[in-house]
Amino acid sequence: MKTIQFREAIAEAMSEEMRRDETIYLMGEEVAEYNGAYKASKGMLDEFGDKRVIDTPISELGFAGIGIGSAMNGNRPIIEFMTFNFSLVGIDQIINNAAKMRQMSGGQFNIPIVFRGPTASAGQLAATHSQAFESWYANCPGLKVIVPSNPKDAKGLLKSAIRDDDPVIFMESEQMYGDKGEVPEGEYVIPIGVAEVKREGKDVTIVSFGKIIKEAYAAAEELEKENISCEIIDLRTIRPMDHKTILDSVKKTNRLVILEEAWPFGNIATEITYQVQSQAFDYLDAPIVKINTADTPAPYSPGLLKEWLPNSADVVKAVKKVLYK
Amino acid sequence: MKKITKKTYLNWYEEMLFWRKFEDKLAQVYIQQKVRGFLHLYNGQEAILAGSLHAMDLTKDKMITAYRNHVQPIGMGVDPKRVMAELYGKATGTSQGLGGSMHIFSKEHRFYGGHGIVGGQIPLGAGLAFADQYFKRDAVTLTFLGDGAARQGSLHETLNMAMLWKLPVVFCVENNGYAMGTSVARTANHVEIWKLGLGYDMPCGAVDAMNPVKVAEAMDEAIKRARKGEGPSFLELKTYRYRGHSMSDAQLYRTKEEVEEYMKIDPITQVLDVIQKKKYATNEEIKAIDKRVKERVAECEKFAEESPFPENNIMYDTVYEQEDYPFLAHKPE
Repeated sequence: MKTIQFREAIAEAMSEEMRRDETIYLMGEEVAEYNGAYKASKGMLDEFGDKRVIDTPISELGFAGIGIGSAMNGNRPIIEFMTFNFSLVGIDQIINNAAKMRQMSGGQFNIPIVFRGPTASAGQLAATHSQAFESWYANCPGLKVIVPSNPKDAKGLLKSAIRDDDPVIFMESEQMYGDKGEVPEGEYVIPIGVAEVKREGKDVTIVSFGKIIKEAYAAAEELEKENISCEIIDLRTIRPMDHKTILDSVKKTNRLVILEEAWPFGNIATEITYQVQSQAFDYLDAPIVKINTADTPAPYSPGLLKEWLPNSADVVKAVKKVLYK
Repeated sequence: MKKITKKTYLNWYEEMLFWRKFEDKLAQVYIQQKVRGFLHLYNGQEAILAGSLHAMDLTKDKMITAYRNHVQPIGMGVDPKRVMAELYGKATGTSQGLGGSMHIFSKEHRFYGGHGIVGGQIPLGAGLAFADQYFKRDAVTLTFLGDGAARQGSLHETLNMAMLWKLPVVFCVENNGYAMGTSVARTANHVEIWKLGLGYDMPCGAVDAMNPVKVAEAMDEAIKRARKGEGPSFLELKTYRYRGHSMSDAQLYRTKEEVEEYMKIDPITQVLDVIQKKKYATNEEIKAIDKRVKERVAECEKFAEESPFPENNIMYDTVYEQEDYPFLAHKPE
């Protein structure tokens, strides 16, 4: 094992795949000469040249569409959005073209493309720069959606995403790029659609994904002191979702808390709640509790943002609630 | 450019007439409710396709367009029976009945759709050209859009990048005068759409697109430029559609007189005039072509009528390349 930053894991995954497959290129704003807005493509222009590491003007709709068109004609593009907040001006291309092309062409054109970049909040960036669109993209058939929470998962899953023959939304976080973690030295991939139990426990199941899962880890440490044992599941892939890992855990603990950094209306936690009540109704000893951001646009002021975001204290409270403590 | 000969004219006449009659047949079966959804017909615009095909290298060049897209794939080599079947929603259709009128595709014949969102196909066309440039394939992509799509942001982002990267693409605006019911004059404070290319230093110009010769000449110049690596062109093809935007269009935004004026310069009539003036065919030979066209259209209808509807599983099988994708249940079992 070696210890690297999240951003290095992203760059390693892209570089390793680009070495083994000439059809892959990376395109986006500041990905080449600037080495990536968050340095997630550092060194790649030097290695691969400007034919394969391509700076674009600020035209998310345009370059998302150019990526999809090239994927219809032999390329396997990686399209970087500086953040998924900016993907909204290109969302027509992702939903109407990337996701649906294969079906509406009767199976003739699959779109092997990865759209990647950070999701959710990243400090006091306020309403337009603090949004999580996992549930928007995961709602759309034709896409796959991945949100890793550590460097090892990020590298292994990004390699799988690049090799996948379907369009993949791959979501990172500005606040994770500096995170360090152990990754295997050699070649490895992590399959899409498989969740991981990050912490085993017996009293309650906590499902989460992405950077906010750290709040669950902190809560579990706190609760351990009170002899409450938490099992933490990292979804890693949102679509397709690994229902089995969640259900197996809930059948063991009989209690479920879901932690997701997203608006509460119709989000990923809502979907999990539906699936669990329909498939494990008799195993539940308490109503499921979900923890989300406030049902408002993200505020700027520090106290307001703290109130808006979910945190480990919220998780502690939710766990105690489902345990009737 | 290939020479325009007697053979070209006779081929143009037969194919353009076939496209016209194919569309007329669709209008007819639409009224009979055998074809549903939206139906956008190409009547009046045939010279664009005829001229373009003449200038293209059909062994490698590509085409992509919006939702007025039934006859272009036929021109590119797709069996028209399969296009008709697609509109009937049949399993033998080009998209096995999943796409319908607005989404015709043929990978085999390099026809890349068939796109339902106005302007959504424009960056895709540049992307096709991007890949051809990337793989040094020496091919050119004709990207068609309507005058309405010229007002979408997608055009401007794409023109900019296509010119920046000198992509081998020709942007072809089919200006038929109306974005649905809104005339070009009501969508901008200028009516010369071709001038949009000037802002990107892109070679651009307007073309009399009621005449396939004029279209072929302009297209040839643009395609040659793209093939030489000199980048894209932006052509405004001035044309006219006789029918409404779609079948539900009462056409209150224009006069009958205006339509009649354009019918005087009908592209098929123009081709036929040359054939008759130059005595490329006798009246009997022309009648034989007319008869053949009628038979070909009838064969398409028969094929579509007799084809089976798709099985339910196709709805799932075509979404993902992954074979065992775990779709969620949507009804109680």
